[in-house]
Parts: sequence; structure tokens; C-alpha cells
Amino acid sequence: MSTTTRDSDIRGRKARKAQRGARVQGYRPADFVWRRDADRCALCKRCVQQCGFDAISWENEPVADPAKCVGCHRCEAMCPQRAITIEPNPQYLRPHPLWTESHRKNLWLQAETGGVLVSGMGNDLPYPIIWDSLLLDACQVTNPSIDPLREPMELRTYLGRRPDQVEVAMTLEGPDLAAELPPNLELAVPVLFAAMSYGSISLNAQKAIAMAAEELGTYWNTGEGGLHEDLKPYAHRAFVQCASGRFGVTVDYLNSGAAVEIKIGQGAKPGIGGHLPGEKVSAEVSETRMIPVGSDALSPAPQHDIYSIEDLRQLIYALKEATNYEKPVSVKIAAVHNVAAIASGIVRAGADIVYLDGFRGGTGAAPTIIRDHLGIPIEIAVAVVDQQLREEGIRNQASLIAAGGIRSSADAAKAIALGADAVALGTAALLALGCTLCQKCYTGRCSWGITTQDPALTRRLDPYVGSRRLVNLVRAWAAELEEILGAMGVNAIESLRGSRERLRAVGLDRTTMDVMGVKPAGVGA
Amino acid sequence: MSEYDRGKRTVSGCGLSGMMSLTGERVDGQAIRSSIAILHERSNGLGGGFACYGIYPERADQFALHVMYDTVEAQEKAEELIGEEFNIDLDERIPTRFNPNIKNPPLLMRYFVLPRPLLLQEARLTAEDFVLQRVMRINGEIPGAYVFSSGKNMGAFKAVGYAEDIADFFRLEEYQAYIWIAHGRFPTNTPGWWAGAHPFTLLDWSVVHNGEISSYGINKRYLEMFGYRCTMRTDTEVMAYLLDLLIRRHKLPVELACDVMAAPFWEQIERLPERRQRLYRALRQVYGGALVNGPFAIIFGRQGEMVGVNDRIKLRPLVAGRKDDWLYLSSEEAGIRAMCPRPELVWTPRAGQPVIGRLGSKKVIGEPGAEVSTLAAERVGQEVAT
Repeated sequence: MSTTTRDSDIRGRKARKAQRGARVQGYRPADFVWRRDADRCALCKRCVQQCGFDAISWENEPVADPAKCVGCHRCEAMCPQRAITIEPNPQYLRPHPLWTESHRKNLWLQAETGGVLVSGMGNDLPYPIIWDSLLLDACQVTNPSIDPLREPMELRTYLGRRPDQVEVAMTLEGPDLAAELPPNLELAVPVLFAAMSYGSISLNAQKAIAMAAEELGTYWNTGEGGLHEDLKPYAHRAFVQCASGRFGVTVDYLNSGAAVEIKIGQGAKPGIGGHLPGEKVSAEVSETRMIPVGSDALSPAPQHDIYSIEDLRQLIYALKEATNYEKPVSVKIAAVHNVAAIASGIVRAGADIVYLDGFRGGTGAAPTIIRDHLGIPIEIAVAVVDQQLREEGIRNQASLIAAGGIRSSADAAKAIALGADAVALGTAALLALGCTLCQKCYTGRCSWGITTQDPALTRRLDPYVGSRRLVNLVRAWAAELEEILGAMGVNAIESLRGSRERLRAVGLDRTTMDVMGVKPAGVGA
Repeated sequence: MSEYDRGKRTVSGCGLSGMMSLTGERVDGQAIRSSIAILHERSNGLGGGFACYGIYPERADQFALHVMYDTVEAQEKAEELIGEEFNIDLDERIPTRFNPNIKNPPLLMRYFVLPRPLLLQEARLTAEDFVLQRVMRINGEIPGAYVFSSGKNMGAFKAVGYAEDIADFFRLEEYQAYIWIAHGRFPTNTPGWWAGAHPFTLLDWSVVHNGEISSYGINKRYLEMFGYRCTMRTDTEVMAYLLDLLIRRHKLPVELACDVMAAPFWEQIERLPERRQRLYRALRQVYGGALVNGPFAIIFGRQGEMVGVNDRIKLRPLVAGRKDDWLYLSSEEAGIRAMCPRPELVWTPRAGQPVIGRLGSKKVIGEPGAEVSTLAAERVGQEVAT
């Protein structure tokens, strides 16, 4: 009997050892069926070459093992004859509302292996999506809309700490700035790229993102994997991350970036450290991360020098000292239940940017049970953090980045209206690079060359083409944001930022609306 | 008006007029009345009002509280608070005359007061902040009582009705002032609340406003960070609080405060000399929440100063005029010609370009042909040059 399980589906050496000895296979239906139109097929073998998961073999004609197929659609996309179709497996398990198919399949896999299940990308369970219960406002009669094709629209955004007021000195040549502002990052659009490490994604993927960030006038994020030599020219547009594993962290690394980010948590795996399977630790990854080739890169769950908010303060200031107070320090946390108070503590500890990652945030690898059941939605996290910082009068002291499931410019606009300064794109950026969301990033076999280190696969992703696609995506969103601003009758993004008055809820319960500070549709100004 | 309606924000279109003697010459309210009367079509009889400066010279050092009461209980409560917190030099009913078009007036009182010295000392506040806090408390906590004017040597008069009837009702021809600001209102939803009429005042600030602030949501939340409670649910209140925050508390020059509220575009900022760029960049970074976006034309006054300014792309009309030592502002040129039949100069200020008249200075900032001495003018100058 075949199975989709591979070693890396199961986390931890112990589990794997146990698995080798004690694997007890059973029945598990495949997720997909693979069909080939024999009349069209030219027997070119391309599908066999293209599959990163060894699901297709050559037996005088291509033959697929459906159990190995992850549904990434690479073979289908590359088939010159368009002869391949991938469909959900129609082999029908008797439906049960409680024991869903995925519960049954996961359970069977665990019965087979005795391990912790691992997944890639974000939470795929059907929790409510609050974005889809929020609607944006537009002008009619009493205040005019503004035509973005004919009038200037401003999306420029700054991230960093700001004083509460501008001190003006009157000089002979008129008023002048009396005190310089702390360092701020200037973004041409309120959109940046989320943290995705070299290791979790390929160098070509990271290169595409870095080049796009530079062209767009925004920023990318190294993630916790250090900075590869080839990406140093783009470091001035990077958040360089300092995470619990401290992979690749040197003083030069810190100083090469535009901002330094302390990674406390990630939306896909709050409270859990990073997990880069050894399969993905190639020679170059090993050099960049400063770890042995082939070793699992397991960053600890907590930062081992941060066991309290005062410890965080020490690290923030250590990093500021190391970078001569020239770079804003960001702290990235997963959105959890007490996020508002935590964020307030982070701001008071000296962070200049708070990066909030919602429970839908993506990952290269996370225990499925953690990914699917921990954290809270980014919509609520942004709303409560912004409100808390305002109530404490410290909103000016730090900027907010919202991430974890931003799917469109409308989501971005709603996040900004709830209080975010900018949004970060992780999954959306990978989709632009060709990802089809098959969720097998942790295997290191990504057929699209994105989440793999296999040179045969990574070379499929041309960084120049990838960067073009990313630039297109963000430009399209920027144009749409301008349309949204214009319809709302404002011509600067700061007039939408935090303006929940321009949001209305449909179908949200009263408590959620109160928590988010949003009125129901039908209630006027 | 029900509590529910009171909780709603009223949006409105409007007519505005203002006149100021740069030498402090005082005139009665007839000219401003005829100006706002000619803008009759810009209002719909659902609110109007006036602010005038220099009207109480004999009590120039006292705060003049103009208060309206809906109920006797409200009056009792408010007077108790006023009596406890202030030394009252004079309390009297605001003189009015019967006008058939002004219906159901509330009880209108005025009090000339100074904070009790001991309380002021204990509060460790300036007299202005002390008064401000008490006014906020009355307006926020005593239902049916509303302080609609609280400055020194100035007063606001407002009501539901057409502005010309309101002038008549409040007998404005009996007051002498060197600044007159008038407003006729065209609210688009539930009318009928006297306190909701303009001008909106705070200490000796008064603001009249035409427009709907599209950024109201964030402006309100921004102000809340600094302790302002937007109880009136009118856009104009937001304007008044922003001016108070920027000019009185953050000590920005008036020109820069206008440049915060009607911020120049980044494109314009990048054409400024480097030093100015830094200043304007900082203003926009720090005061993003104070950018007033959407259509507005406002006239605001304080002791010795009258300012007119538009939004950053001029979505509402504002015209300025000069003759001798007088500065005139109005929504329409007709409004200026009603105050001054033969002005020497009439011009349309550019978007975001404030027009500022100052007592004792014959030059009006923002006047065409004036020396390029202000930031705003410099900004426009740059724009013209390129």
C-alpha cells in the first residue's frame, strides 16, 4: 500500500527513529487523481522530469502514483500537449460532519507513524475570515470622491518611532526643525514583504523578492536565515532578522540592513521555534546560517535571552547599540489572545515597529496542530493593538505592520483602516512567484523552485521574471489602493490609517464589532 | 433631540463670511449680517451663528461663558459647577429679541468669570487649561447644558434658523467688534440642535466650517490620544480641537498648523530647499493623524487674528478681499461685496494656502503680490516656478 508519508512529514529525530522501527501502514486514500489524455500525450517525459515529488515514473509511458501527488500542478503547467488533469480524488469517504476527511487522514497517518504532523503554508481550516465581513465606505454628494486618474494620490508611508510633536525653531530664514526625528523607513507603498528565510525559500526566490522591494521602494525581510552573499547589494532594503536560533547574526549583518527585527513569534506557529528540516540545509544554506550541512535547523521556542519584557528591552537596546541607533528595531510577534498588552509592553520596551502576524500567517514548516489551532485573527489583533496604543497615548512611538493572510488590496485597505501602518505579504508574494499552495514546503521538494534548495528545482525560478511578477502585483495593489482612497474622498493613505469610521461590518456579532471598534452596516456617521 | 440623534455626526454644506479690521477698528454686526444674508441659498435654515472679537472691552480680562440650557435641572447643575470653580463677576441672560423664525430657544445665559485662584493653584494648570477642562466637563457630563463660547473679550452667538434671523434675534447690531465671523448652515441630516450650530468655539478660538471631513474617523481618534473628547459629533469640533492642539499646545506657528491640516503633497515638498523638506517631512510623519482630508473651507478667529484656509485640493469655495485696513473672507465674492461694495482686491486663495490677517500688521499673509515671506507662500511660489 502506498502512502504520502515521507520522513520529513514527521518531526523530530526520536519520532523518526521510532517510525523506522515501528511503522504500521494502513489504508489512506490519496488526495488527488492524476489523469493523462493518452490521445494528446506526446510521450515527451517532461512530466516525469518536472515532478519534484517523484510521483510520476516512466514505464513506456508516464505513470503516476497518485498517493505521492501533492497537487502542485507543475506537471500540468509544463505539459506541452496540455494532456494532464489533476483532480480531487473522487473516491468518496462517507461524509461525517465531526470526523471530517482530513481528521481521518491525519489520524490514520499518526496511527501509522506515531509522529507530530508537519505542514507548510498557513492555517487551512475554515475559521471565519473577518476581512470578508468588513466593507469599505465611499463618498456620495456631501463629500466628493477624488479621481485618482486626475488628482495626486499619496501612498507614501513611514515606519518607525515618532515624537508626539514637532519642535520648531524660529530662525532668521523662517521656521526650522529643532530636533531630528528618530530613524524612519520610507515606503513608497504601504506594503512590504514578509520574513521568509533563505533556507525555507530558495535563493532565487529571495533574490526575486529583494529585487522587487528595491524597485518598488519598499522593504523585504531576511527572515531568520541570515543574509546570503549574493543579496548584500539589496541589504539596504532589508529587515535583518535576529531570531532565537541567531542564524547568521553578526554585527556586520545587523549593520547591513535597513532595520533590525527581533523575531519572537510567527503567526503560523506561536510559541514554537523555527524548523528548517535538514533536507533543506545545503552547503550554501549552511554557510549563510553558520550551521552544519544537513543538520535540522531548530531555532528554540523562546529566545534564550528573553524570558520577560525587561529582557526584550535589553536585546532591543543591545541591537540599537550595535547599530549606533541608526536603524529602527522591529519586534515581530504572533497574534495571541493578550496581544494588545504584549504589544504595548513591546513599544514601552523601546521597539520602533511592531510586526503582528495573524493566525493565518504562512510557514515553511510547522506542526499542523499548532498551525491550525493557535493564535487569533490579524483583523482583531491589529484593531485591539492600535486601540490599546492610542489609549495609552503611545501610538506615535511605534508603527504597526499587519501580516498573516492579506490576500488583496482590499484586505490591505481594511488592515490599514483598522490601524496598521503597512501590511506584509508572505503567501501572496509566493503565489506571485508561482506557488499553487500545495502546502508541501517542508519537504524541500517544491516543484516550482520556491521552497527548495535542490539546484535542479531552484533553477526553475528565474529571479528576474519573479521580481517582475512581484513588482506587477504590488503596483496593481497600489493602483487599487489609490482607487479605494479616491472613492473615499481622501488623497493620502494617512487619512485612511486607523479610520475605522470608514469600515462597516456585515454579519459580525456585536462583541466582535465592539472589540474591533467597527459599526454595523446601516449605522451612519 | 433624542440621545440617539445626538450621537450621530451631522454633515453639512455651508456659507461662510468673515471680516477683520487690521487696525482694531470696531464696527457693529450689520455688515456681516448682510453678507451672510446674501449667502442665504448656501444654508437651509437649520443653523447659523456668529463669532465676534472685541465685544466686551469693559471685561476684557474675564472669561465670558455663553451657556445654553435645555432644562432647569441642567441649569442648576451647571451653575453649581460654575459657582464652585469660578468667581463670577456677572451673570445675566443673553439679550435677545423676539423673532418669529427662531423657534423654541433654550435658556441663554452668560457669565463673566475667573477661575478661583486657590483651585487654579491646586490644579497646576494655566487659567486657559483650567477653563477648558471645566467647559469640557459641562459639555460632556451635564445633559442639556452646553457652553458655546468661553473666550475673553469675544463671544459666539448661534441658533437654529437662518443666520440673518439669528443676528436679529441676538441683537448683533448692538455689539461692536473688530472681527466678525458668520456661518449659515446646510446640514444633511436631523436638524434642530442649537449647540450643533456654528461657530464652534474653544476658549477664544472660533471656527466656522464648510465641508465634510472625509478623514473624520482618524482625526477624532488622533485627538482622543491628546485627551480631547469629540462630544458634538460635528466635523467643526475636530477642526477647533486640532487648532487648539497644534497652535496652543504644540506651539506651531499658524502657517505651519495650516500646513499640517492641509498638508502639501510630497511632490511639492520635494521641490523645497533641503532644510524645509526636512521640516515638512517631519510634520507629515508626526501629524499624519491631523491631516484634514476631504472638502473644507474654514475661517477661524482668535484674539487679534483671522485665518481662512481651504483643503489641500480646494474642494470648497473661499474668496478673499481687501480694502483699506480690512480683510474680508467669504464663500462667494457676493458675500464680500455685501460687506464692502468696492473692494480694492478680490482673489481666490489657492488650495491649502492660508490667508491670515493679524492685528497691527497691514500685510495679509497669502495676499497676491505680498512678499514671499511665509512658508505657505514659498510653497506656492515654488510650485509656480516649476
